[in-house]
Amino acid sequence: MIVYLVRRVGQSLLAVMAMAVLVFLGVFFIGNPVDVLVSPEASQAQIAATVERLGLDRPLYEQFGIFVWNALQGDLGTSFVYGRPALEIILDRLPATMELALVALALSVGIGIPLGVWAGLRPDSIAGRTIMGGSILGFSLPNFWQGMLLILVFAVLLGWLPAGGRGETTEFLGMQVSFLTWDGLSHLILPAINLALFKMSLIIRLARANTREVCMQDYVKFARAKGLSPRRVVLVHVLKNIMIPVVTIIGLELGSMVAFAIVTETVFAWPGMGKLLIDSINLLDRPVIVAYLMLTVLIIVGINLLVDVIYSLLDPRIRLSEMKG
Amino acid sequence: MSALLDVCDLQTHFFTRDGVAKAVDKVSFSLEKGQILGLVGESGSGKSVTGFSILGLVDPPGRVAGGQVIFDGTDLIAGGEPVMRSLRGKRIAMIFQDPMMTLNPVLRIDTQMVETVRAHENVSKAEALRRCREALVQVGISSPDERLKSYPHQFSGGMRQRVAIAIALLHKPDLIIADEPTTALDVTIQAQILSEVQKLCAQSGTALIWITHDLAVVSGLADRLAVMYAGRIIEDGPTAAIIANPRHPYTRGLIDSVPQGKRHGAMLTQIKGMTPSLLNLPQGCKFAPRCPRADAACQVEPALTPAGPDRQVRCHHPHADHEATP
Repeated sequence: MIVYLVRRVGQSLLAVMAMAVLVFLGVFFIGNPVDVLVSPEASQAQIAATVERLGLDRPLYEQFGIFVWNALQGDLGTSFVYGRPALEIILDRLPATMELALVALALSVGIGIPLGVWAGLRPDSIAGRTIMGGSILGFSLPNFWQGMLLILVFAVLLGWLPAGGRGETTEFLGMQVSFLTWDGLSHLILPAINLALFKMSLIIRLARANTREVCMQDYVKFARAKGLSPRRVVLVHVLKNIMIPVVTIIGLELGSMVAFAIVTETVFAWPGMGKLLIDSINLLDRPVIVAYLMLTVLIIVGINLLVDVIYSLLDPRIRLSEMKG
Repeated sequence: MSALLDVCDLQTHFFTRDGVAKAVDKVSFSLEKGQILGLVGESGSGKSVTGFSILGLVDPPGRVAGGQVIFDGTDLIAGGEPVMRSLRGKRIAMIFQDPMMTLNPVLRIDTQMVETVRAHENVSKAEALRRCREALVQVGISSPDERLKSYPHQFSGGMRQRVAIAIALLHKPDLIIADEPTTALDVTIQAQILSEVQKLCAQSGTALIWITHDLAVVSGLADRLAVMYAGRIIEDGPTAAIIANPRHPYTRGLIDSVPQGKRHGAMLTQIKGMTPSLLNLPQGCKFAPRCPRADAACQVEPALTPAGPDRQVRCHHPHADHEATP
C-alpha cells in the first residue's frame, strides 16, 4: 500500500510539473500584458520601466526558471493588477467556490444516487422512465441557460430567492461561509442547484446503468436466495458494488466543479475563483491566471489521488493488486 | 407420510418481444424428506428455471404462470413473496452453478455469512459468527477464523463453492436446490464436493434437488431422476431403474453419450440435432425431430404414462426392458 502510494504521488508530481510548463508557455503566448496595464499615454521610458519591473524583459527560460523557483517556495507571483500575491487573491476566493462546489456535490450525490438506483431497479416503471427523461434534460440543456431559467422562475417570478451575490457570511473553521445563515443559504441554493444539475444527471445515469448491471449478477440472486430483505440486498449488496464507478466520477467531477464553476459563478455573480479567472483573463493578469491554473491542477491531481485511495477501500481486489505492484 | 415438496403443473413463462417462451411447462414431481432428486437435461431444457421457480427467484421477463409448489403443506406460489422470503435460506437453500459469481466480490465472507444467519434469526453477532465458523468446518474449510476475514477473490473456485454450501447449510434447511454446483469445478474437486454434499445431506436428513446435465454425476448420487426436455419432464423414476433401462429415446441418448470404459476406442453415440428454441417448438412430441423412433403418431404430444414400478415416461414408442440400442 505504501509503495503504491509513493508511486502514485510521484506520478501526480510529474503531472503537476508537465502542467506547469504548459500553463506557463500557454499564458506567455496569450499576449503582452504591458499593453493592457500601462495607460495609452505612457511614454516609451515608462513602458520600458514597467516591463523591467515585471521581469518581462528577460528571456523565456529565465522567466520560467524564476517562476519555478518561486513556485517551489510557495510564491506564484504578484498580481499585475492588484499588486498582491496572486495565490493570496485566489485563496481569498477559494472558500466561496469550495462551498458552492461541495454543496452542489452533496446535492448531486444525495439526490442522484437514490434516483439512479431507483430507476435501475424499476427500469420500466413510470417513475423510472420519468427520472431518465429528466436526466436527459439536465444533461443536455446548457448550464448558463438552466441558471438563467432558475433566476427567472425562483427570483423574478416567484420572488422566493435572491438572484445573485453571496449574502451574509459567517466565520467557520477560519473561512467565510454562507450556509450557516438563512440569508447566505438563500443565496447559495440557486447557484448550487445550477451547478449540481448536470452532475446529478450524470450520476443518475451512471447509477442506473450500474444498478441494472449488478442486479443481473448471480451474487444478487444468491443474496435473495439467502432470504435477505430487499432493503439489505439493495443497500449493501448492490450499492457497494455500484459505488466504485460512481466514486470515480464524483472525484473527477468534484475537481472540475471546483475548477470550472465559472459559468455558474458568472450567471449568479458568485464571488468565487471562476469569476476571478474571467476578470484576470480580460486584464491579462498573468500571475493570477497561472496561479489559478496551477491551483486547479493541484486540486484535480489531489482529488484523483484521494479517489484512488477510496477505491482500494471499496474494492478489496484493487487492494490486492496494489500489494503485488 | 406426505411429501416435503410437491410441485404440481408448474408453469414458468418468459414474456419476450418475440413471443412467450414456456421454459417450464406443466412440470410435476414430488420429493420426500431426505430424498435426493436428480433433475437432468441439456442446456435450455428448463431445469434451472424449475429450481428458481420453486424459490420465486425467476427474473423478469419470466414469471411463474401457473401451478402449485407445495412445501411442507404451504403453497409457495399462492403465498407469494413474504412466504417465500421467510423460507429462502432458512428451510430451502440454494447453491448456484458458478462459485466465482455467487459471492459478492466486495463483501467479506463473514459479512455474507452473518447476514444469512441474522436474516432469519435474531441472534447476537458473536453467536452468528460461531455458527458460521461451525458451518465452514463442516464443509471442510480449515482455519475458519482466518477465512471468515477474507474476501471471495482470495479463494479458489472449489473453496468458494464450499463457502456457498456452508451458507446453504447455516440454517440446516429441509431442502437444498443445487443448480449444477460442480459444473464449473475441476474433476477432483467435483468428486470431493459431491461426496461432501451427499454426506452432509445424509447426516442432517436434508432433501436435495440436484440440477445437472451430467448423468454420470447424478447417477451415483440421486435416489430418483427426472429427465427434462424443452420444459417438460419426459421420464422419471428411481435412478437405478432409469440408468439400467431408459425408456425414453432421449434418456437413452443421454446415457449412450456418456463415455464408458468397456467401449474403449469406439465412437461415442450422440443425439443428432440440438434442443429446439422454446419460442418455436415443434408440434406434438418435442423430441420427435431428433428421435430415431419417431413416426406419424408423434405428431400428437404424448402424455406422461406409467412405465413400470414407480416410473413414468412421455413417449409413444418407449423402449422395452433391456432393449439394445439400435
